[in-house]
Amino acid sequence: MEKRVTFRGWVLPLLLIAPQVLISAIFFFYPAGQAVYQSLFIPDPFGLSSQFVGLGNFEYLFGDRFYRASFVTTAVFSVLVTLCSMIPALFLAVMADRLIKGSGVYRTMLIWPYAVAPAIAGVLWLFMFNTRVGVVSWYLGNLGYDWNHVLNGGEAMGLVVVASAWGRISYNFLFFFAALQAVPRSVIEAAAIDGARFWKRFWTIVLPLLSPTTFFLLVVNVVYSFFETFGVIHTITSGGPQQSTTILVYKVFADGFVGQDLGASSAQSVILLFVVGLLTIIQFKFVEKRVHY
Amino acid sequence: MVEKRGTGLWLTHVVMIFGVLVIFFPIWLAFVASTVTQPEIVKPPMPLWPGDQFVENYTKALFSGVNVPVATMLFNSLVMAIGIAVGKIVISLLSAFAIVYFRFPFRTAFFWMIFLTLMLPVEVRIVPTYEVVAGFGMLNSYGGLIFPLIASATATFLFRQFFLTIPDELAEAARVDGARPMRFFWDIVVPMSRTNVAALFVILFIYGWNQYLWPLLITTDPEMNTIVMGIKQMFPSGDDVADWPVIMATSILAMIPPVIVVVSMQRLFIRGLVDSEK
Repeated sequence: MEKRVTFRGWVLPLLLIAPQVLISAIFFFYPAGQAVYQSLFIPDPFGLSSQFVGLGNFEYLFGDRFYRASFVTTAVFSVLVTLCSMIPALFLAVMADRLIKGSGVYRTMLIWPYAVAPAIAGVLWLFMFNTRVGVVSWYLGNLGYDWNHVLNGGEAMGLVVVASAWGRISYNFLFFFAALQAVPRSVIEAAAIDGARFWKRFWTIVLPLLSPTTFFLLVVNVVYSFFETFGVIHTITSGGPQQSTTILVYKVFADGFVGQDLGASSAQSVILLFVVGLLTIIQFKFVEKRVHY
Repeated sequence: MVEKRGTGLWLTHVVMIFGVLVIFFPIWLAFVASTVTQPEIVKPPMPLWPGDQFVENYTKALFSGVNVPVATMLFNSLVMAIGIAVGKIVISLLSAFAIVYFRFPFRTAFFWMIFLTLMLPVEVRIVPTYEVVAGFGMLNSYGGLIFPLIASATATFLFRQFFLTIPDELAEAARVDGARPMRFFWDIVVPMSRTNVAALFVILFIYGWNQYLWPLLITTDPEMNTIVMGIKQMFPSGDDVADWPVIMATSILAMIPPVIVVVSMQRLFIRGLVDSEK
């Protein structure tokens, strides 16, 4: 789509667009280019010179047991976060939609966790499940369950998943609730007159009508769990125990800043660039479909 | 009518209240922990009802903290969040205006260049971006906190979409009246975009406030810590026991500004959310 009426001149528009182009070039394109460039080299330990290794860093990465494991961890993590945030959100939205009055109050209450930073959410959940002072872990201990996410990889994963999904419930709730409110009442009432009960109506009418929103949220939540959950993992587990919660983004950080392995870290950045690209394409394809639904 | 009445309605309310309580529990617990003494916490189970140490703990957190007073970190977070929100909105308004209302050399090239920055989070390119910022000597500075995070195209796209819906007659009339482009921008385009700007501001403020990894990397000086990343620094290394009441008071302080923004500007917030994801 283009404007029919435009202004003349080309110095002014170039000046107008310059800030954004400059910032993108300096803080986006140059670093991205550097990541690609550095991924082809191995710097010596003193950082004085570096040796060209071609795709050596990538070969090394894919041969690395921990890196391959981190793909699996990321996949498991993002699927769990997506499910744990979407299902409760859908349930709450359906409940709120049943109300004639008062849903606004619940909405206001449920928005809160969205405003809480992932890192803060991590601290809150860490506090509840802390092995020494945590309330929940203490009651679990009383019930005979010995909670220890510091040693048990499965429990560590469970904790970071719940802490990451928590704030997302608000987000998903808002979208589901808006979509539910947009479902035409006439369709539902027609089904009700034909004798369909609530859950029957839900499965056969409402859920299919929600599918655009659901697919959209699926993609957005996967993107979230890939890239925005760093704070949760860093505050709760720091990727441990035995790298059982080291997702890809955490590994870029751990190898690049903690391990100072710049070549491998850059190669990981490049791989993530591709992952992001792929997710973006999926999102755009999908968004277009959503518009025509 | 298909809405529930009678018992069904009450049942729905009960389910909703239960859901809200479960979702709220972590925040409630943090609040309780911020109002009791350290011994009450380290001897589990901790109480589930607020104690009487509210003033002491919050005063201690705000004015002495663990490494640095929390008041300092709150100020840093505020500067960063507002800097990111305002910076992004300003550069996007300008570049979207240029792209929509002018024909100039390399317009399409620039457009695609901006388009490419869409959706690539700073997390992915941390090492090289860190080197760039270090090269400019911007470590431990507000510039270093803000600039790399405003290199994104979401806002530009939003404004572009919106500008395309502004009737052509307005630009035509402005031209006939002899208004210069910037005059048109200030008097027509900016006032018309008010709601979009406000909605975007809410979203970007929260985005900036909640940043974690980037401030963690570039602020080594505790004086420059933002509150969201500073909390992790308050945990002692090794076997020392963390000062839970102060840490929890800090968590509550860290979530108050974004919660106020979200709850008080709920309408704008939801609008911004829906717009920026489209």
